[in-house]
Amino acid sequence: MRPFHYHRPERIEEALALAGPDSRYIAGGTNLLDLMKENVLHPRQLIDINRLPLHAIEETPGGGLMIGALVSNADLAWHPQIEQRYPLLSRAILAGASPQLRNMATTGGNLLQRTRCYYFYDTGTPCNKREPGTGCPARDGLNRIHAILGASEACVAVHPSDMCVVLAALEAQVHVQGPHGKRRIAMSDFHRLPSDRPELDNNLSEGELIIAVELPAEGFAQHSAYLKLRDRASYAFALVSVAAALELDGTTIKAARLALGGVAHKPWRVEAAEQALCGKPADEASFAIAANLLLDGAQPLQHNAFKPELARRAIIRALGEAARGTAR
Amino acid sequence: MSETTCTLSLHLNGQHRQLDVRPWTTLLDLLREQLDLTGTKKGCDHGQCGACTVLLNGKRINSCLTLAVMHDGARLTTIEGLAEGNELHPMQAAFVRHDAFQCGYCTPGQICSAVGLAGENRAHDRDSIRELMSGNLCRCGAYPNILAAVEEALPASRDRLQEKAP
Repeated sequence: MRPFHYHRPERIEEALALAGPDSRYIAGGTNLLDLMKENVLHPRQLIDINRLPLHAIEETPGGGLMIGALVSNADLAWHPQIEQRYPLLSRAILAGASPQLRNMATTGGNLLQRTRCYYFYDTGTPCNKREPGTGCPARDGLNRIHAILGASEACVAVHPSDMCVVLAALEAQVHVQGPHGKRRIAMSDFHRLPSDRPELDNNLSEGELIIAVELPAEGFAQHSAYLKLRDRASYAFALVSVAAALELDGTTIKAARLALGGVAHKPWRVEAAEQALCGKPADEASFAIAANLLLDGAQPLQHNAFKPELARRAIIRALGEAARGTAR
Repeated sequence: MSETTCTLSLHLNGQHRQLDVRPWTTLLDLLREQLDLTGTKKGCDHGQCGACTVLLNGKRINSCLTLAVMHDGARLTTIEGLAEGNELHPMQAAFVRHDAFQCGYCTPGQICSAVGLAGENRAHDRDSIRELMSGNLCRCGAYPNILAAVEEALPASRDRLQEKAP
């Protein structure tokens, strides 16, 4: 690892004042330090934000929950309110990483983790995300784990998070604070598609710090399912994952949320797929229509032609599990 | 704080230590290179194998993916700090009893991870132990005996944590 300056501010304003183009905030560090060891990132200054007062989980006036950016993935997944009211979120977090990593990794950091594209990590190869303008070897190279939706000529990387897939489905809001004040970003607008700027994973401005993630009151606790498909039973990134949440009136669907992981540069949602389920019976025929809408326009690469069909079946299965009732 | 050496205070295996570290020294490198506590192993150095697992304020973490300087004032327990005198920790004794290793390189991380698992109180059957120990790889494939040892020693490890609770 290359040397850097280290700061440990106690106040948010102090942290924001320290931020600059060659600096990074560090919280859990599980992804950042790995990337620094690989020389993918080499900040000249680290701002340790672990002493900032962002560790609480609190009820909001609207009946939702405000999750401090520094709440660890483990504490969040096993928080009684999350387990009871947002079991979908708990499931997704526990499907990711390992217990050791979940004890370190934070809520804010999970949103900011980088793709695990092999070429992004390998500084011996070009990569438009790592070094803009150098090219994308994944497009015609090893691309089994890569995107089938929303990709560009410049980049076919996928976002690796499980937690973010559920935050998108639940329509969480990301609270950020920067040099010019505070703002809220809807989860669906937080990450971006690669377009011709794949070096930008998200829509944060320079120096902006995630301070909290807000969950709305509706947690779909009765009818939700997170299905993650991967190369081994545990401790692997998703090839395809599905967050499915339903509100039922008898056997009729009143509201639906669907998001996919492992298929795009951001959690993948399509409003038309969710709308198509409303007012329909909770059966396989309805689920299949939604799956086709969600995967509309999918373009597999040479090594991931299996993904659209895998995703289609996973969506139908996850919706079926959600309709039967959240497993306890 | 931005100088090239920082002071760090740690409660390490029951002893108070005042240390000078460089900001880019990982917790793992501090233990092994500066303090000669080589029980904690460096396997992959990328958080994938779990050989470097230690207990930070009672919780299991990968010491390779965190900076020592970030843990000023923390309570840290490594494999060297689990036994009490000549009496092995129940998890250590179970690993010996079940022959839960072959080469032994992953063993300190497996044991620290299993002690952390006991504190979490979330593993209640063999399947959940397997899932919640998936952050520790054993390339010799001693998993059946590791599983047997962890399953046997979880209750005694929980009891010990309760005895030690303030």
